[in-house]
Amino acid sequence: MAFDKMELREVEVWDGNHAAAQAMRQAQIDVVAAYPITPSTPIVEGYAKFLADGYIEGEFVMVESEHAAMSGCIGAAAAGGRVATATSSQGFALMVETLYQASGMRLPIVLNVVNRALASPLNVNGDHSDMYLGRDSGWIQFDAYSPQEAYDLNLIAFKVAEDHDIRLPAMVNQDGFLTSHTAQGLKPLSDDDAYAFVGEFKPMNDMLDFEHPVTHGVQTEEDWHFEHKARQHNDLMTKVLPKIKEVFVDFEKLSGRKYNLVEKYNMDDADVCVVCMGSSVETAREVASEMRENGIKAGVVGIRVLRPFPFFEIIEALKDVKAVAALDRSSPNGAAGTLFNEIAGALFNTDSKTLLSGYIYGLGGRDLTKKHLVDLFNELQANVDAGKVTTKLQQFIGVRGPKLAYL
Amino acid sequence: MSEIKKIKNLKEFSTSADRFEGANLLCPGCAHSIIVREVLNATNDDLVLSASTGCLEVCTAVYPYTSWDASWIHIGFENSSTAVAGAETMYKVLKKKGRLKQPERNPKFVSFAGDGASYDIGFQWISGCMERGHNMMHIVLDNEVYANTGGQRSSSTPIGSSATTSPAGRISYGEKRNKKDIVSIMAAHGIPYAAQVAPNKWKDMVKKIQHGFAVDGPVFINAVSPCTTEWKFDPKDTMHLADLATDSLVFPLYEIIDGHELNITYRPKNIIPVEEYLAAQGRFKHLFKDEYKYLIKEWQDRVDEKWAYLQRREEARV
Repeated sequence: MAFDKMELREVEVWDGNHAAAQAMRQAQIDVVAAYPITPSTPIVEGYAKFLADGYIEGEFVMVESEHAAMSGCIGAAAAGGRVATATSSQGFALMVETLYQASGMRLPIVLNVVNRALASPLNVNGDHSDMYLGRDSGWIQFDAYSPQEAYDLNLIAFKVAEDHDIRLPAMVNQDGFLTSHTAQGLKPLSDDDAYAFVGEFKPMNDMLDFEHPVTHGVQTEEDWHFEHKARQHNDLMTKVLPKIKEVFVDFEKLSGRKYNLVEKYNMDDADVCVVCMGSSVETAREVASEMRENGIKAGVVGIRVLRPFPFFEIIEALKDVKAVAALDRSSPNGAAGTLFNEIAGALFNTDSKTLLSGYIYGLGGRDLTKKHLVDLFNELQANVDAGKVTTKLQQFIGVRGPKLAYL
Repeated sequence: MSEIKKIKNLKEFSTSADRFEGANLLCPGCAHSIIVREVLNATNDDLVLSASTGCLEVCTAVYPYTSWDASWIHIGFENSSTAVAGAETMYKVLKKKGRLKQPERNPKFVSFAGDGASYDIGFQWISGCMERGHNMMHIVLDNEVYANTGGQRSSSTPIGSSATTSPAGRISYGEKRNKKDIVSIMAAHGIPYAAQVAPNKWKDMVKKIQHGFAVDGPVFINAVSPCTTEWKFDPKDTMHLADLATDSLVFPLYEIIDGHELNITYRPKNIIPVEEYLAAQGRFKHLFKDEYKYLIKEWQDRVDEKWAYLQRREEARV
């Protein structure tokens, strides 16, 4: 190996971006093609610096747009190597065309998405608009709540995506600024352990195998397109979640940190719970604990894997809860919130009598405070006591002006 | 450095490799396949190819078939150049890391795109690849129109041509804008090699392609590709049209080395009037009405002016 290893302390203080960059270094990414955008730029800057300091052997291509960044990643992945990049918000939106192409070509690329609001109005802070924008793109979507998880899930994402049975690209989402720029103590793996976990990249159908020429990115019409897309969907629905669970187990053996498709907190006897994603999960957990002291049996369900959507785990997690709030951190733009819809869809044919309501919060980086959550849990408890949803189904948290409530 | 392929004569050249099958869906008389074969046969080395969405791609890679007996990728409309640039970058890394399956090979990286995918929508991607210095070649199959989607104008469509989005009509002579000079723009990136080629001048073409493969860095090639369907001529006349294009100097053949040194590589013995080139195509039919005759003269003046300019630049050696 022609690169130097890094001596890491048992506990390092890294923000989410640096954590993702370190994971990319330890996985020894071959090619990164990237274009900078706030707040995810430090990830690829980190990779470039590691390259400049001799901690990686690879190539960093600074391209001229996010669309080209993913295009270059697709070309590099098809050539047969480990590829990753990072983006946010508008950059993610510009990438969307190529995201569909990457997953349709079954190329295991890892994309770090540092979640940020979509313009207009222009905003650099965190919400989940870009994560939801990519939810139909055929990518596996992980969600990290903290820098530690951003680091862990990056390593996990490579192992899942590059499996020859899966061969699908994966995104690792973390909240812009709230996670990406918040430094916390975290426990990294050693370089050797991390690389051994991710493993040597094993190419498949690579363009640089000249003895076996391949044609990537063909055209299919009504005679074949349906089968291709159905097979892709089938693999997402049947192969990916079991594989993720398997990798979670491997990772726990290595690090002692346990991950689940759906992260349950205080759910064993909960009457009320919120379902949410990103850094809010940690705030909600803290408030839920405090609510118990006030006699309200509160729990929290965090979505760890948004795509493929863990239907059965959601049904299982919510089966005994009396009132649930789905927290969406993106504008519903003329519908119910995304999580609300998916949870409602999952519960519809079950015996669940859960009272489901939806809350929109935190757009453009607006804080979700503990006070907001206390009120929310109290509202859910009022629903339980009344035996029906006492408010409108969709409400907005912390927006100024008259109270917004719909449906 | 790999061997430069020796080429004796046309017969031997045309059958010297078979990495692009005749089994494809291109129109009878399409020049794309001729150009592609001339490019692919110019080298014995392995190839990593890409194509932008367009005629070439939709006619040669329709599942479950492929016309390509070489590594080939298509992503989208804009990004064939970046796709190959990504593969070229990966090649460099794996070579350094000693992970290539056939380390002794010398692959060449080539992206193909139509004029729409190069002059218009893929312009930024190509510019980026040229600027970053990837060791690759981008080849434009320039038929001056979006042929795959049914004949809309592109920024390569010349003035007076009738395209579906700039049609000639009762009060219009069709396209109002002049053709973009993309070779100069790309050469201005300071790339080692940029050239215009034509399928009928195959020796000139092979020489340029081989030179492009031999230099280190990005190469830009603009190839005229007469389109029987959109230029509206008989499929058997493809090469005749290419001859008219080069011999009337509407499509002069030249090369630009290192962004400044220009060489004219073909001087027709008998320069034919531009009118003959225009008259051979249905897309210019309306220009022969009395009220538009002046456009033909303007055409001729513009072509003469460009030819004089190319010669001046060649003489100046700057």
